[in-house]
Amino acid sequence: MSQATPAPPPASGAPPSLAKPEMKKTREGFGHGLVELGERDPNVVVLVGDLSGSTNVSFFGERFPDRFIQVGIAEQNMMCVAAGLAAVGKIPFLATYGAFASCRSADQMRVTVAYSDLPVKIGGAHGGISVGPDGATHQAMEEIAIVRSIPNMRMVVPCDYWETKKATLAIAADRHPYYLRFGRESVPVVTTPDTPFTIGKANVLREGKDLAIIACGVMVYEALVAAEQLAQRGIQARVVNIHTLKPLDEEAIIRAARECRAIVTAEEHQIHGGLGGAVAEVVVRHHPVPMEFVAVHDRFGRSGKQEELMAAFGIKSPDVVRAADRVVARRESKR
Amino acid sequence: MPRLEFGVEQLRERALLVRRDIVTLLAHSQSGHSGGPLSCADFGAVLFFHEMNLTPDRPNAIDRDLWHFSIGHVTPVIYSLMAERGYFPLRDLLLFRKYEGHLQGHPSKHDTPGIDVSSGSLGQGLSVCCGMALGSRMDGASRRVYCVMGDGEQQEGQIWEASMFAAHYKLDNLCAVIDYNRKQIDGDVQDVMGIAPLGDKWRAFGWHVIEIDGHDIAGILEAFAQARRTKGKPSVILAHTVMGKGVSYMEDDYRWHGVPPTKDQAEKALRELGTSLDDWTNRLRGHDTSAVAPSANGAS
Repeated sequence: MSQATPAPPPASGAPPSLAKPEMKKTREGFGHGLVELGERDPNVVVLVGDLSGSTNVSFFGERFPDRFIQVGIAEQNMMCVAAGLAAVGKIPFLATYGAFASCRSADQMRVTVAYSDLPVKIGGAHGGISVGPDGATHQAMEEIAIVRSIPNMRMVVPCDYWETKKATLAIAADRHPYYLRFGRESVPVVTTPDTPFTIGKANVLREGKDLAIIACGVMVYEALVAAEQLAQRGIQARVVNIHTLKPLDEEAIIRAARECRAIVTAEEHQIHGGLGGAVAEVVVRHHPVPMEFVAVHDRFGRSGKQEELMAAFGIKSPDVVRAADRVVARRESKR
Repeated sequence: MPRLEFGVEQLRERALLVRRDIVTLLAHSQSGHSGGPLSCADFGAVLFFHEMNLTPDRPNAIDRDLWHFSIGHVTPVIYSLMAERGYFPLRDLLLFRKYEGHLQGHPSKHDTPGIDVSSGSLGQGLSVCCGMALGSRMDGASRRVYCVMGDGEQQEGQIWEASMFAAHYKLDNLCAVIDYNRKQIDGDVQDVMGIAPLGDKWRAFGWHVIEIDGHDIAGILEAFAQARRTKGKPSVILAHTVMGKGVSYMEDDYRWHGVPPTKDQAEKALRELGTSLDDWTNRLRGHDTSAVAPSANGAS
């Protein structure tokens, strides 16, 4: 995965360990990415709906107070103010919790931002169930379904700190609206500062020919752990990190279907309309193979620790392993 | 000449042209809104032919004033003003709401040159204009931002989020106009969901409020001038208007909010407006420019 570039910083640059991974917050990747953008481009502005600290846009606000716009608790207004800023040449990033960014201001995202195809960058923090103790109202598990269905919208779901930072920089450079989904808790670092990141281009993190596990966000780590366990039983799983949900890397999916002949998708999202559905749309059209879906099964969240909830909702690595066994068994039974 | 600064008489003439365009294009589309566009015609003419610095020959440039109709459904008046101001040929108006044309039922940025941001879902436009005004101030740009809202639209909660925002950030380069025609689809605004006292509400939110007769050209001119002079806070003009203004049988009747006139009704309306459907259609087609009665000016 690494390119032959100068030696990366020691801690994060070392090959990621699955057993004892370095833990970092994706929202910090967003915050640090914004500061870097602010230094590069005077047109980058940041809006926030009373959540500066928890979305980490406060990093930008402290550095560039003149380009930091507090909107208060008014997500609908924030989405459209961002559109107006984009209309006069700014590159606006807005930040709030994903539950509000994707639902509370969905009409504003559809009609004002997406229909106008304005370069508004929506930072949906606390995506998935990682907001933990706050419970169902604040746990966002529908963003992929909502955002992906809106024309002109693009969407990135990075897997760790480094990828979130790279994605933040990359979406600023593209003249279209984006939704960036990231989380609250520290999550395992599975990429390095040098891992390539191109919008719309999936990364194969582990090779394998027996099945492919296609994952996004925090589930990329769970997929890697599952692949390691499967390997101990002689099952070689390819792990594909689909960080861009739209535009989707159809080529990587078709290749996985053709070469691995069975697919498991893994996401911290509702099973309806998420990554699994998106991958299935490609697979059934181009190269049908058995599929299994690791996702939240049509239920609201609840209070608890992130790890507890992921286990309870069936989206930890053992769930990915079980899905892998099921999908391989289904394929073999058809022979 | 980006700012035309027409006088009162010329503006009256422009408003008359716009009303004729509205009725004619609706007669051809047989779909669309009649009442609101006609109530907006007078302050619309003042905006496009006096108040705003516009560059129709470079519709995507932003070294000019910005305008945005939060009430996207009044496209007949928006498109007429744009065509009369030179954004696109008058004949395009005859393809309003048609598949082969570029004039969508509600304003679309990517279909129509000169539309900066699409609109149609009510309550969102003032927020957009707040962003435009704040972004302009960040750049030290002298441009002003004009937002047209409806009175029924004041029922949308987002309007008040934006109202708070504009006052908080002291956006004195922002001027809103409310087409206060007192009608909405289901009836009188006061019966559907009361918004009064509207001026007091905006004052309480920190805006400079100007109340005028929305059909008195001189009063409209003075209101925009006063908004320009007002520093430290945004201005809102409550333009008291009559829905369907200029067409006797439409005036003050909420049933004309969202329907077009039949061909016969259009003929009657255009007679009241001093022309006929054939004559004005020909004028829009470009076959007969003599139908353009108003005084000769570079803009027509």
